[in-house]
Amino acid sequence: MEAEKSLSEINERIRDGSVRVVTAEEMPSIVEELGPGGAVREVDVVTTGTFGAMCSSGVFLNLGHSDPPIKISRAWLNRVEAYGGVAAVDLFLGATQPSEDKGIEYGGAHVIEDLVSGRAVDVMGEGVGTDCYPRLEIETTLHLEDLNQALMVNPRNAYQRYNAATNSSDRTLHTYMGTLLPRFGNVHYSGAGVLNPISNDPGFEYIGTGVRIFLGGAQGYIVGPGTQHSPETGFATLMVSGDLKRMSSEFLRAATFTRYGPTLYVGVGVPIPILNERLALSTAVRDRDITVPIVDYGVQRRDRPVLRSVSYAELRSGFVEINGKEVPTASLSSFHMARRVAGTLKEWIERGEFLLTEQAEPLPRSGVSRPMKQTKELPYVGDVMNRDVVTVGENISVPEAARVIVGSRFDHLPVVSDEGKLMGIITTWDISKAVANGNISRVSEIMTRRVYSATPDEPIELAARTMDIHSISALPVVDKDNRVIGMITSNDLSRLFAGRRPR
Amino acid sequence: MKLMLRVAQGIVRKPLIASVILETGALINIERASIDAVSGEIVLDVSDDKCRQVKDAFERRGVDVVLLEIPVMRNEEECVHCGACIAICPTGTFRFDDWKVVTDPGKCIQCGACVTACPHRALQLVLR
Repeated sequence: MEAEKSLSEINERIRDGSVRVVTAEEMPSIVEELGPGGAVREVDVVTTGTFGAMCSSGVFLNLGHSDPPIKISRAWLNRVEAYGGVAAVDLFLGATQPSEDKGIEYGGAHVIEDLVSGRAVDVMGEGVGTDCYPRLEIETTLHLEDLNQALMVNPRNAYQRYNAATNSSDRTLHTYMGTLLPRFGNVHYSGAGVLNPISNDPGFEYIGTGVRIFLGGAQGYIVGPGTQHSPETGFATLMVSGDLKRMSSEFLRAATFTRYGPTLYVGVGVPIPILNERLALSTAVRDRDITVPIVDYGVQRRDRPVLRSVSYAELRSGFVEINGKEVPTASLSSFHMARRVAGTLKEWIERGEFLLTEQAEPLPRSGVSRPMKQTKELPYVGDVMNRDVVTVGENISVPEAARVIVGSRFDHLPVVSDEGKLMGIITTWDISKAVANGNISRVSEIMTRRVYSATPDEPIELAARTMDIHSISALPVVDKDNRVIGMITSNDLSRLFAGRRPR
Repeated sequence: MKLMLRVAQGIVRKPLIASVILETGALINIERASIDAVSGEIVLDVSDDKCRQVKDAFERRGVDVVLLEIPVMRNEEECVHCGACIAICPTGTFRFDDWKVVTDPGKCIQCGACVTACPHRALQLVLR
């Protein structure tokens, strides 16, 4: 017969101090040694933990009513705007909202950390002015204790696992996955692997609505599936809630990703009761069992290319191989702090301070996160580009190139190989400079070899961004074999916007 | 040991490093250099036994020399040991030790890549 026990038996052991708790890091070797049945008899609760950037986080704040009363329509805390469209004095402050004076170096996450740390926060509000709420403006300074309620409600936390990130492009990218060095210079990953809450119960045998958890250093609850919950693809998420007044700044830490924005590092831990052998087996998961794709952030589209699949064990070894090259890895979430979360939750349970709750219902086991339905789409490069592009071969002379460029509509002349592949580009300026210097040899000697190009299937926004970043005014458009099929210029784009967005 | 040189306007065009090498016979490795018309900032790596001699030689030539004994300054209150500094460092100054970030002294070249990469703004260059 399979070993089993009930949640009330486990809670009885928590009350009388005989409960046996281990962290999810310790569980794999216990199951390996004792087998799942032995592990059910030996272990009552496995604690999990994760600590990383969780952008989809925020707090509902109730300020209390002023005299005369105000119905706040817009509000700012330390110059960070909070959403005021919820009743009169309820606000929602999102972690990623940047401040109006300090930009992304201070945002909603920093206000939350300041509140939790007991620091004063300056509040400014604008009212609409009604017969019942006549006041139009309010300014006050509040501490966390002055608020009636401060409820953390995080729509999407504790991802089951997260794509690792790298960058094939020629420039350094600053992303929510940190600094990604050019030409596959590094791989960044996030997630606690062996300690991750959902990875230890991916079938939602225990994890579900109403389960009491560790959130930001206090007891919180799972509200239900998080936004973008995608259990069928292995990217399930949690929506969680808890009382900010009981939380600690050790487990809620504001951060800023350079040229991305503010975010909040949140500590989340879920206790998993070992009710049966299935849960013993699922909590025996190891880093090597959890795999994620390495995704190329050098391609700035939603569906970024996947280079390979990799396990957390490989990611955490410090190096992974990409295209035969050893690439250094580093994490953005903190495994040290994930251990602190799982360890603290373990202590609470052992001390009898934290009882486990029954789930009201499991998280949905089916469904995938779908892409956005886009009904008003900007055109693609292929729709806007000039197809009557003139190109020249590498071996023509500078004066010949000058004649071609004078006869064409463009200031840029793509230089192509015999097969029509893009080799370089020359501009009217390159030609003028060559002539001025008395250099009238072949174009291959004066052309720019590092050419930025566009593809016909990319949205014009991306082509515009490429031109903007590199301060250039035209891009050759190439097909998948790098053959020049057109040209897109900043003039094309400005014409497009002038037509679409009249001033 | 790494040395950071601050070279002022009057002497920035002089072959300072070459003359110090000839004088001291030290094997000097240039780790980083940014030199423009009016000043220069150079980070050198020198073996420990020649370090003092090289420092003196540069100082006699009017160069401001700082020994980079502390790699970067870290605010322990802010650091959560995430690891965002590890892979982006060109010299491998940072590594995990039991999942806490530790720094290896003597590797940092004061390039500042980690300062902007740290999400918790816990890192600062020694001289800024």
